[in-house]
Amino acid sequence: MTALADGGLARASCECTPSGVTRTTMELSRRELMRGAAGAVLTFTIAPGVTLLVGSGLAAAGLTPPPLNIRREDSLAAARPPGTAVSPKTRWGILIDLAKYADVGDAAVTACRNEHGWTGHGRPATDPQWIRNVTVRDPKTGASRVLPVFCQHCENPPCVDVCPTGASFRRADGIVLVDKHTCIGCRYCMMACPFGVRFFVHENVTGQKPHSPRGKGTVESCNLCVHRLDANKSPACVEATNRAKPGTMIFGDLNDPNSEIARAVGQHVVLRLRAELGLDQGVLYKGLTQ
Amino acid sequence: MSAMTGRIAYREHGGWGVGYLALVGLLGALVVAGLGGAYVMETEGHWVSGMSHRIVWGTPHVAAVFLIVAASGALNVASLSSVFGRALYQPLARLSGVLAISLLAGGLAVLVLDLGRPDRLIVAMTFYNFKSIFAWNIFLYTGFFAVAIVYLWMMMENRMNRFSKPAGVFAFLWRLVLTTGTGSIFGFLVARQAYDTAVMAPMFVAMSLAFGHAIFLLVVLAAAAGTGRPLGDEIVRRLKNLLGIFLAATLYFVAVQHLTNLYIAERRGIERFLLADGGVHTWLFWVGHVALGCLVPIALIFSPATAGSRRAAALAAALAVLGGIAQIYVIVIGGQAYPMVLVPGMEVTGSVLDSGIAAYAPSVYEIALGLGGVGIALLMVTFAVKVLPILPETLADAPPEKA
Repeated sequence: MTALADGGLARASCECTPSGVTRTTMELSRRELMRGAAGAVLTFTIAPGVTLLVGSGLAAAGLTPPPLNIRREDSLAAARPPGTAVSPKTRWGILIDLAKYADVGDAAVTACRNEHGWTGHGRPATDPQWIRNVTVRDPKTGASRVLPVFCQHCENPPCVDVCPTGASFRRADGIVLVDKHTCIGCRYCMMACPFGVRFFVHENVTGQKPHSPRGKGTVESCNLCVHRLDANKSPACVEATNRAKPGTMIFGDLNDPNSEIARAVGQHVVLRLRAELGLDQGVLYKGLTQ
Repeated sequence: MSAMTGRIAYREHGGWGVGYLALVGLLGALVVAGLGGAYVMETEGHWVSGMSHRIVWGTPHVAAVFLIVAASGALNVASLSSVFGRALYQPLARLSGVLAISLLAGGLAVLVLDLGRPDRLIVAMTFYNFKSIFAWNIFLYTGFFAVAIVYLWMMMENRMNRFSKPAGVFAFLWRLVLTTGTGSIFGFLVARQAYDTAVMAPMFVAMSLAFGHAIFLLVVLAAAAGTGRPLGDEIVRRLKNLLGIFLAATLYFVAVQHLTNLYIAERRGIERFLLADGGVHTWLFWVGHVALGCLVPIALIFSPATAGSRRAAALAAALAVLGGIAQIYVIVIGGQAYPMVLVPGMEVTGSVLDSGIAAYAPSVYEIALGLGGVGIALLMVTFAVKVLPILPETLADAPPEKA
């Protein structure tokens, strides 16, 4: 990810902790630095995650000044591995084979719960369910399928569109996240999400996992195990279901034509939930209507 | 002390009678109850409320939306005076402005106190996603305060009176945008069949005209009676007739919304739920909103038998308010209660998040918070009448005497 988008003259990377603390580093080559020194370069931190870089030296160096408001998805992007920026060329996705998923039971749900520490209080209407199994049934034929429903990590996420503070954001690599520091708990994202996969934390939380912070009064959802991804591991649900039945979930980069998921998507009819909305989700289902 | 504007004499309410103190006490109790309800929900968490992952917005939002929408409509009379040059309404223009500000304050208080993190209000004021209609509404609401206060100042300060018309025009346009924005909060929800329609915006404009006007009529009647000021039949007749027109406009947009949805096959489920099978929602729609909230008031207003009755006018306005609350309840709660489509054409079971009609019973904390917003709004008006020259000394039919 580059904050100065002009042909790679400058490299910028951002690192953030799961809690959203951002650190921005900019690396200029010696030649670029010398050219830039022809003029004064001033850098101001306007607000967390927003940096203003001004100065005639930028133009002299052939650098285009960065926009005043750097996109949040850039500023909050996590490095993977550390020191390397998240690339917008990557589009993480999961392809779920529903024929195989029928045999894995609650493996995905249990793995997610253990990984992120969300627990219920015996109140299904207000308990979080970052991932849930639902049964869809064709009323005409009686045919049914069990499918896991969780954040679909849309290319055009309605939750991000409607969030008044920008707390809901889409990371450069397609992961839709909630910044727990700027979520005010208005729940408009829950109203906007077509899949009912956002959850308001209705009560005090205990036993939080350091890599997956939660907070009463804020909204949360599947984060595609971003901490695992940044450590080059696949999401917990993928690992668990594939352990129970190999090939149930294929995780990978949809934009990489050589990836397993891209090849599988090219070979099979795969469907997205509510495809008519044009959200272009990263979560795909195989066998939903077969 | 009285203040003069042209030939209209305004005077604060001077007495500290038992009635006034009792009203302040009652409204203050509502405010305290509302703050208490909010405190419990914030400390215990929202699980103590009736809201859930399915009914994301509950009774506080019904109250907040109603008060905010009504705030815009409460400015009708000031607009009629300043923008459309209707001199008859000029004596009530100040009260109109004060009521608009007060209702907005009450509605926003409820909205903010129901947030999961109301302590982060400063975040909402400093971090903006300008693609969000909600973010735009934050500007529209806070801006409305400023616009209405300046407008009120132009009306109340003799030296600034000449600016009251441009200020009034600006406020009029602002409130149209404000209610358009509020309606669009629902209209832009593309995922939900109950919403996702452009007609929400003009429908909310019509609703605002009706609800705000009804509250204004009730406040005028109560204020005149409570402060012992004469109130002519002509002003009451004009006000109530306008209410009838606004209610008819609301019904028109409601009819357009539902008839359009009935033509869309995928929306017949939600329409059947709201209009026929929805239990309390269906009752609230037909009996609460359509019959008692619109048709009966319109009949009371325009029927020759009751057209001249002040009590009938008051009853019509009160029914319009209750019907308006019922309408917003059906929009907000009913629209969420029906399950969203996950896979078109397929039945979904296995989770309370997907299957069946969502249950909702408002908790006492939510009701208290909603009533607290009403208390804040009316307490502000009551206080303003006491300390500001916003009520004319007389609203008798004969032109007010020159000072």
